Order: sequence, then structure tokens, then C-alpha cells
Amino acid sequence: MKSRTKKTKEKKFSLSLIKKDWRKYKYLYLFFALPVVIYFVVFKYVPLYGLQIAFKDFKLSRGIWGSEWIGLKHFVNFFGNIHFGRLIINTIRISLLGLLFGFPAPIIFALLLNEVSHKTFKKSVQTLTYLPHFISTVVICGILVNFSGSEGLFNTIIEFFGGTRADLLMKSSAFLPIFIGSNIWAGFGWGSILYLSALSNVDQEQYEASFIDGASRFQRMRYITLPGIMPTIVIQFILRIGNLMSVGSEKILLLYSPLTYDVADVISTYVYRKGLLDQNYAYSTAVGIFNSVINIILLVTANNLSKRVNETSLW
Amino acid sequence: MNFYRKKPGDYVFTIINGAFMVFLALITTYPFLYVLFASLSEPGKFITHNGLLLYPLEFTLKSYKAVVNNPNILQGYKNTIFIVVVGTVINVIMTSMGAYFLSRKGPLWKTPIMIMVTITMFVEGGLIPGYLLILNLGLYDSLWALILPSSISTFNMIIMRTAFQGIPSSLEESARIDGANDFTILYKVIIPLSRATIAVIALFYAVYHWNSWFAANIYLKTKSKFPLQLILRNFVINSQAEELTIGVGVADSYAMGFTVKYATIMVATIPILIVYPFIQRYFVKGVMMGSLKE
Repeated sequence: MKSRTKKTKEKKFSLSLIKKDWRKYKYLYLFFALPVVIYFVVFKYVPLYGLQIAFKDFKLSRGIWGSEWIGLKHFVNFFGNIHFGRLIINTIRISLLGLLFGFPAPIIFALLLNEVSHKTFKKSVQTLTYLPHFISTVVICGILVNFSGSEGLFNTIIEFFGGTRADLLMKSSAFLPIFIGSNIWAGFGWGSILYLSALSNVDQEQYEASFIDGASRFQRMRYITLPGIMPTIVIQFILRIGNLMSVGSEKILLLYSPLTYDVADVISTYVYRKGLLDQNYAYSTAVGIFNSVINIILLVTANNLSKRVNETSLW
Repeated sequence: MNFYRKKPGDYVFTIINGAFMVFLALITTYPFLYVLFASLSEPGKFITHNGLLLYPLEFTLKSYKAVVNNPNILQGYKNTIFIVVVGTVINVIMTSMGAYFLSRKGPLWKTPIMIMVTITMFVEGGLIPGYLLILNLGLYDSLWALILPSSISTFNMIIMRTAFQGIPSSLEESARIDGANDFTILYKVIIPLSRATIAVIALFYAVYHWNSWFAANIYLKTKSKFPLQLILRNFVINSQAEELTIGVGVADSYAMGFTVKYATIMVATIPILIVYPFIQRYFVKGVMMGSLKE
């Protein structure tokens, strides 16, 4: 009991303690902590402070503080915008398609790769499939743009199967398959790392027991392997749900055009166009805040649901 | 597993599964091979060719000559190298300083600073407030706008801190008795002992800088400051092909447009392919470090 009170005392920020701490760690604070703290304040906290422009009639000349408060006007404008519905639907559509096809891909790949017993072969497949993760978005989109052009490789393949040539990225109907497909292509290898490491932690004795009991390969997968990696799958799933409304802008900005806005324009690309191209700073910030708030709500809901259903959760 | 006798069905599965894995590996690699072959092909031959490429059509370095002779691309290369080198050095210094401070046990302000740092992993100002900050700092149209805002990745700093914490404190104590200060301890004791972790983190930072284009796209105005990826974006995706084939005859220029685009893509990717085997050796470890809970 005595030591406990002493401990709580130690943690208290009394003036004498602060002085003593300063004397002891002066150089540590000045040369190690200070530059890092300055970095975080300037580049992380000042932008947070800047979020207030979403509630202001922001004028660049007046500055963030000098501009007048206008309440929720920018939010109301966004909800009333003719593109509001389209943006929400497009964002959710791209996210859900990515979840539907992109989420299982690395899991299935990891399960199948795990069945490969030849070490060198396994390593080589891993090395080759991880590669796209390190290639820049611009290069990948550059390849996609060239392959999708009417002279490109995709069209050669389409023609081979009896289709007609067209500039695919100019067609709304082709945009989503190209976008989602290339995301899966670039991500399934890298995404499998987490699952492969989870697989290597599955209890080997259970496998041995299952051999003796004469379990088939698929029974083993169903009753040992899958339950073994379920917590990892659930955690990844919660994280994906939490990001359901955040479709990154970089790749879409490189691939879309006004011709495909009807399926490709999402909240983040809209924020970019309104904010930086039209310099509608405050309005665009409001749209961004709206987006983040929905994401937080989704993440918390998914996490709570999962906690209740299968006792796996992020916090 | 010796007691398990293989059934015929297992061999069938092994073969089909193996074939499928080969197929996936081919699918991920072939687009890059196609780009490589196309970039090495004779432009006139390439545009009349239909179908997959399994080797360069009439091997020629013509397209690469056009790329190398393009002053914009050379300038872009220089800018990118500056950003990668200076950026990564700053990243490693700042990240290791923060990680060192946060791995100390004594300081009173350690926990408040740790909380302050962790919060930034969950909330951020986003695109516009970040842009306004750069304007206000006077960094608009400066290469520093691509370097300073990403000086520290919080995630990497926490990984490095975990590595530093794993070093026995007895080593540090004996160094201190010998009269070492914090700088000597960090550079003579801690860093040499966590070389692998720092190498992975440095490589990830370098790849990030090499590949990034978006910050350059919004913060730079002067063309001579553009990094390679942004130039590539303008040439390959926005199809400003005429800029690519400067110095090539008009008749050739249409055909060259295609192969030169592919050569430009290769030129922007080759450095990554060179460092890839080195990152590859460590990255599983890197990802695993990241997945460890704090």
C-alpha cells in the first residue's frame, strides 16, 4: 500500500518534480524530443486547427482565424448538391466491390500457397506476387492507360475473343472492372503476408491429429486452418469496414475523366477538384470532415458488432 | 507427417494448385515484361504488332535514347534523387531521434508526448488544411514541401521505438558510466544494434519518396522542379506525348510515342527493381513488426 501511494505521487506533475526532471533530462528534451514535437505540432496539429475553416466563410486574405463563422452552411450546401447522391453511391459501390472481390483474394491465395510444400517454389511465387506493391501508382496507371487504349493489349485480348476495340477508360462500363481488377492484381500478394504468418502460427499438432483421424484436405482447411486464422480475418474485415467510405483519390485521379465521372467520381476526388482546382477551400474541407465522421461511425459500429458476435475486436 | 500416406487425389491437388500459383505469378509479372519488351522494340514494328509480346520485336535502344536525350526527364531524375536522398536522411534522423526519446524510461514528459504522437495516427487535417499550411509556411513551389511534411511516419517511429526498447539497458548503463551522453549512446550503442530495423525503415521511406507524385502535383508549379513520377504522369497518362519525342522526326514521332512511353515507365521503375531484392529480404519482418500490438 505504501509503495503504491509513492508511485502515484511520483507520477504527479509537481513543480519541484518538473524542475528535477528538466535538470536530469535537459539534453534529451532539447535535442531529441523538441524537434520531433515541433514537427508534430506544425505538420499534424496545425492542420487539425485548420479544420475549423469548414465552419467559416474562409477567405485566404483574412486567414483561418480572421474569417467569419457561418456554422453548418457548407455542410448544408453539400447535402443539397446535385452530385451528393452520386458521390455517396459511387464511393460505396467502389468500396463494396473492392470488399467483395478484393478482401477474399489474399485469403484464398494464402490458403492455397500454404498448401505448397516446395520451399523455393513458394518463395519465388511470393517474391513475384509482392512486386506490384512496390511499383508506383503512376507506373501502374500508366501501364493501365496504355493497355486500355484502343491499340492496347486489353483490346487485343478483347478482339481475340470477338469483341470490338474501344478506348476502355472512356467507357463507364469498363472503368470499374479495370479499377477493381487492377487493385486486386496489385494487392493480393502483399495482402497475403498477414494471413501467411497467421497460418504459420496454427497449431501443428492439430494437423497431425487430423491425419490420424483421416481428415481430408478440405476438412482440415474447414475445421483447423480457417478457425486458426479467423481472428486475423475478422480484424482485417473490421478495418476494411472502417474505411468503407474512404476510397483513395490518387489512383482514380490518374484514371478517370469527365466521361466516367458517373461511376468514378468519389468523395475524395470531389474534395480534390472542389478544393484545389476550384479553390473552394472551406466547402471542400467540410466535405472531408463529413467523410471522416462517417468513417469513424462505421469503424466503431463494426468493432462493436464484432465484439458482440465473436469476441474479436480492435479495442 | 511421415505417417500420412498420400492419396492419388493429393497429387492431383498439388499439381493443379502448383499450376495455379505459376499462373498467378505470371499474371503479376507479365505486364512488366510486356512493358520491357515493348520499350526495347522497333517502334514501327511494335505498332503494327497485335497480341502478346514474348520478346522485343527487332531489339533496339532507340526509345531509351529518346528518353535519355529528353532534358525534362533528366531534370526529373535529378529532382527525384534529391528528394529521395535528402528526404530519407531527414526521415531516418527524425524518426530515430523520436524513437530514442520515446524508448527512454525516465522522462516525465514521455507519456504525454507519446499520446500526442499516437493521436495523429487516428485524426488528420486532410487535404485542404495541409495545403493551406504549406502556403502559409511559404513552401509552395519548393521541393521542401515534398520532404518536410512527411519527415516522420508515426507508424515507423513506433516500430523503431519497439526495436530500441528491446536493447538490454545494461549496455546503455555501462556506456553511461564510461561517460557517454545521449548522442553517443544513440549512435554508438542503439543504432548499431538495430541496424536491420533501421535499414528496412529507411528503404520503405526511400521507396515512398521515389514513388510519390501527388504532393508534387499539388505543391509544385515550376516544371523544372517536377520529380520523375509527375513527369511520367504528364507524359504517359495525360498524353503529352509530343514533349516526349522532342528531336524525333515527325514521321517517326507517332510510332515512337508508344515505345517511348514504355521506355519512360521502365526508366522510372528500374531503380525500384534494383532495390527490390534487398527490401524483399526484410519486408516480411517489417510487416510483422508493424502488426505487433503496442
